[in-house]
Amino acid sequence: MMAKAQRAQAPGRRKRVDQLGLRSAMADRLLPSLVGAMSFLAALAIAGSLAAATLARHWRSDSGAALTVQVTDPAAPAATGTASRLQAVMGILQASPNVSDPTQLSADAMNDLLKPWLGQDAAQLNLPVPAVITADWTQPGPPAALQSALDAVAPGTLATTGAAWASRVAALTGSIQASAASVLVIVALVAAAVISVATRAGLAQRREAIEIIHGLGALDSDIADRFAFRATWMAATGAAIGALAALPALFWLAQLAAPFAGILPSAAGPALPVPLWASLPALPVIAALIGWVTAQVTVRGWLRQLA
Amino acid sequence: MIRFDDVWLKYRHDGKSSAAAVDVVSAMSFDIPDGGFRWLTGASGAGKTSVLKLMYLAEHPNRGRIDILDVHAARISRREAALLRRRIGVVYQDFRLLSHLSAYDNVALPMRLARRSETQIRSEVGELLHWVGLSAKLDRRPYELSGGEQQRVAIARAVIGRPKLLLADEPTGNLDDEQAERLMHLITALNRMGTTVVIATHNLTLVQNYPAPRLEIAKGRLVYDG
Repeated sequence: MMAKAQRAQAPGRRKRVDQLGLRSAMADRLLPSLVGAMSFLAALAIAGSLAAATLARHWRSDSGAALTVQVTDPAAPAATGTASRLQAVMGILQASPNVSDPTQLSADAMNDLLKPWLGQDAAQLNLPVPAVITADWTQPGPPAALQSALDAVAPGTLATTGAAWASRVAALTGSIQASAASVLVIVALVAAAVISVATRAGLAQRREAIEIIHGLGALDSDIADRFAFRATWMAATGAAIGALAALPALFWLAQLAAPFAGILPSAAGPALPVPLWASLPALPVIAALIGWVTAQVTVRGWLRQLA
Repeated sequence: MIRFDDVWLKYRHDGKSSAAAVDVVSAMSFDIPDGGFRWLTGASGAGKTSVLKLMYLAEHPNRGRIDILDVHAARISRREAALLRRRIGVVYQDFRLLSHLSAYDNVALPMRLARRSETQIRSEVGELLHWVGLSAKLDRRPYELSGGEQQRVAIARAVIGRPKLLLADEPTGNLDDEQAERLMHLITALNRMGTTVVIATHNLTLVQNYPAPRLEIAKGRLVYDG
């Protein structure tokens, strides 16, 4: 009789017993779906932050390094010496350690630049057009000292870089990254709230079972761990699905952003940056951590009402 | 040793104990030695179930001191209280079985909480359910069992861990005479092996058939101890 009874139980014993009936109390669709949506948003926020940083870095390096010098009345004699204003300015630029590769724009290049305003052949208008010199500016700050030196030999010469514009780009990038960080924090808080609500629903639904197990001598950790395992598994699963679902959108955004970041088109399509590839697998891990901690805190707080 | 020393318990109307509410246990004091057996008698509503709840730590007294198995109940942590509950077997009046678990898994619960091996659980739970006549219904859920069968499952769950203190609230209420007799044999056998037993009942025939000291309660007060 005993052997028969034990044989009857054998199949059931191999399966882990769901003592609190959590498989039905904590639904396995709604919570992963909501956490998945949060994970999707988090992936987009991370991608946005990384893209903003990449674009800003690219734009800052381009615009901040470009030095443009306009020399008015270039053929007139310089204030010092016998050379022309243009020669004097060029001499200073070539001697400056912060300037490299100074090049005077050719007449054709100048013509191309002025064509939108002055027509096909601006040179024939005989206008007092300044000479323009382009160069690379190797310092991070504005060229104030250089400007003073140029003014001394050729008053009215204008030296400018893209530093001001680059600083505006930096400020914009910073605000985009701060917004992305805020989105991540909000997403984490919403995920925690969703998990807390689901856990409370499970607690309410299984109140009697919990009271019985508590009365049989279950530790708070025995009960909290069961909820936490369930919440962790569901949160991690949802976050993994959300991160995977975000991949097509991320590739599409990468394709849109590639020309602005100076990335050449490739036959294999746009590549995601390495930090983004590293961040995506972290989403399920972080969601699992949020699930575990939230469920533990929620259940242990709830259990305090029991004697 | 179970000791109640001037114990008071009050309930608010919302069911929570509070200082500003109805007394359900008043100025109650008694001792039950280790290995003792007590009937807890009194009319319905006298306070028997509340006294049992105080004994299995489901309620805390508003006043007075309770020692359970030589432990001062008010001075232990939640973890220590949980471990103390594992040494107490309780047969509830309403059985309190988990409806989503089979009879086997309900009885196995205390052993699983105590981290016993599945081999040991299989052996002891199977044997006990066979003994209470439910070996053919191990996989049945409580709602698939009759009231008497559910009560036998509840009794098996209460004694599976060989508790040091066994508390039972009307344990024979749903049993036929033969099953009630078998149950009382089991309980007296556990008592002989050292388990302290307290049985709440209003069945005076049962009390007469198994003579033992009696605590009689009326309106929350102990009116007889002997």
